[in-house]
Amino acid sequence: MEKQLLDILKTNGRIKEEDLAVMLNTSVDEVKSTIERLEKEGVILGYDTLIDWEKTDYEKVIAYIEVKVTPQRGQGFDKVAERIYNYPQVTACSLMSGRYDLFVVVEGKTMKEVALFVAEKLAPIESVLSTATHFVLKKYKDNGIVFNKPRKDKREAVVL
Amino acid sequence: MSIEQMIKENIVNTPPSGIRKYFDLINDMKDAISLGIGEPDFETPWSIREEGIYSLEQGRTFYTSNAGLPELRREISRYMKDRFNLAYQAEDEVLVTVGGSEAIDLAIRTFAGPGDEVIIPEPCFVAYKGCVMFTGATPVTIELKAEHDFKLQPEQVLNAITDKTKAIILGYPNNPTGATMGYDDYKALVEVLKDKNIVVISDELYAELTYKGKHVSIANFPEMKDKTIVINGFSKAFAMTGWRIGFACGHPAAIKQMQKIHQYAIMCSPTTAQFAAIEALKNGLEEVEKMVEEYNRRRLVMVDGFRKAGLDCYEPTGAFYVFPDLRKFGLSSDEFCERLLLEEKVLMVPGNAFGECGEGFARATYATSLENIKEALRRIKCFVDKLNR
Repeated sequence: MEKQLLDILKTNGRIKEEDLAVMLNTSVDEVKSTIERLEKEGVILGYDTLIDWEKTDYEKVIAYIEVKVTPQRGQGFDKVAERIYNYPQVTACSLMSGRYDLFVVVEGKTMKEVALFVAEKLAPIESVLSTATHFVLKKYKDNGIVFNKPRKDKREAVVL
Repeated sequence: MSIEQMIKENIVNTPPSGIRKYFDLINDMKDAISLGIGEPDFETPWSIREEGIYSLEQGRTFYTSNAGLPELRREISRYMKDRFNLAYQAEDEVLVTVGGSEAIDLAIRTFAGPGDEVIIPEPCFVAYKGCVMFTGATPVTIELKAEHDFKLQPEQVLNAITDKTKAIILGYPNNPTGATMGYDDYKALVEVLKDKNIVVISDELYAELTYKGKHVSIANFPEMKDKTIVINGFSKAFAMTGWRIGFACGHPAAIKQMQKIHQYAIMCSPTTAQFAAIEALKNGLEEVEKMVEEYNRRRLVMVDGFRKAGLDCYEPTGAFYVFPDLRKFGLSSDEFCERLLLEEKVLMVPGNAFGECGEGFARATYATSLENIKEALRRIKCFVDKLNR
């Protein structure tokens, strides 16, 4: 049941516990206690909302940044990663295999703001060797959901 | 003599499906929710669509062999063995058809004609009866009962058999009831059929869509396998309705004759769809499982919603239909469904569209978004509350 529960919550964090109970063929109490446990264990860390910011009047710029660093003795990449992800502007940070070491997502209001953050905060960090900043121009799909897809039913109204 | 008078009597006498009215009503309506669409709401998984596109780019625009691409038949053979434990030789026991529908028609035409009888348990998919009537054979219907969970009872079959009986058509998992038959259900039925010279035409289009236990085919019984034509396809499981591709499996002697009709009437199944179908069987099953999981959740929501709205509803275990019981409201299925559509803008299909004994029931499909299902259930509850007042 746990995997199914997580699968459903992954795509719909707002679903009611009553509905979950029906779908998983269990009781509301069971659903509640499982979710509480998963939250306590840190399996469920939060409930996100997928937003197409392009459709709003708010300004939003997202940059994906490749960061090369020198790992530190005894601490590997963790320490430098922490120095980076502690900035509130950083919304995601992962250690990568391949050409570079850290993949950092930075959000800001304008390109300038993001570029300055990289130049003034990220790049000067002692063990950072280099950065490459890529600005997102258009989002086609995120979290498994295609943006700007007409959600119209193309089927005939009655089929026997 | 006008051309109308020249038309064969058994064609004219076969009634058209009785839902035209609903189609016209809902098409003029805004914000209506249709629970009347008997096909998946999912689009065909992309890797399957892409193989279709790729085959066109490669110029695969020619006829294939009549029975279907050898590679597709090999994949079907493997799939039937892996998935349902049914062994059929790709060379002479598999025929690729234009949807399950063509396979049903071929099987009926191969085994029944004027003077013969074909047993059809109802409620069922609307095409069976029509296809039997087109051949000049007589459909003999059996009334499936809600109290038996719409499973076919062996004594019902025994009572329906006469000297003229040539075939019986089984449709499990069932459209419109959502009923399934398990091993034990078939076991008793096999006792009745095993010594008779009656062919079983087993329409198993919904085989992948079962929610309690694995799908069982009557052909899984060795004593029945050679007398059964198993019909399956891609429409329901792989969300490929518009591609028109299905298949029939059976004894080489039967497939050979069915293939002859197919050759003269159809030539071959759409080539693009055949290439796409190969991909479906090779790499599509993971997507099928995802869809089945989603259907199952919606199934539980819909059954729960109907019951909470005050409709009696046995638990369907297959396909994507719920078949609630309307009898306590004192309205005919048609009255209930028409008023529900006009007053609350929700379309369900009256049960009698699937045979007279479907009267008193309606078919609702959960092959639509959860959002739609929840809103439809809310409206249905309003409607039922109004009826109860």
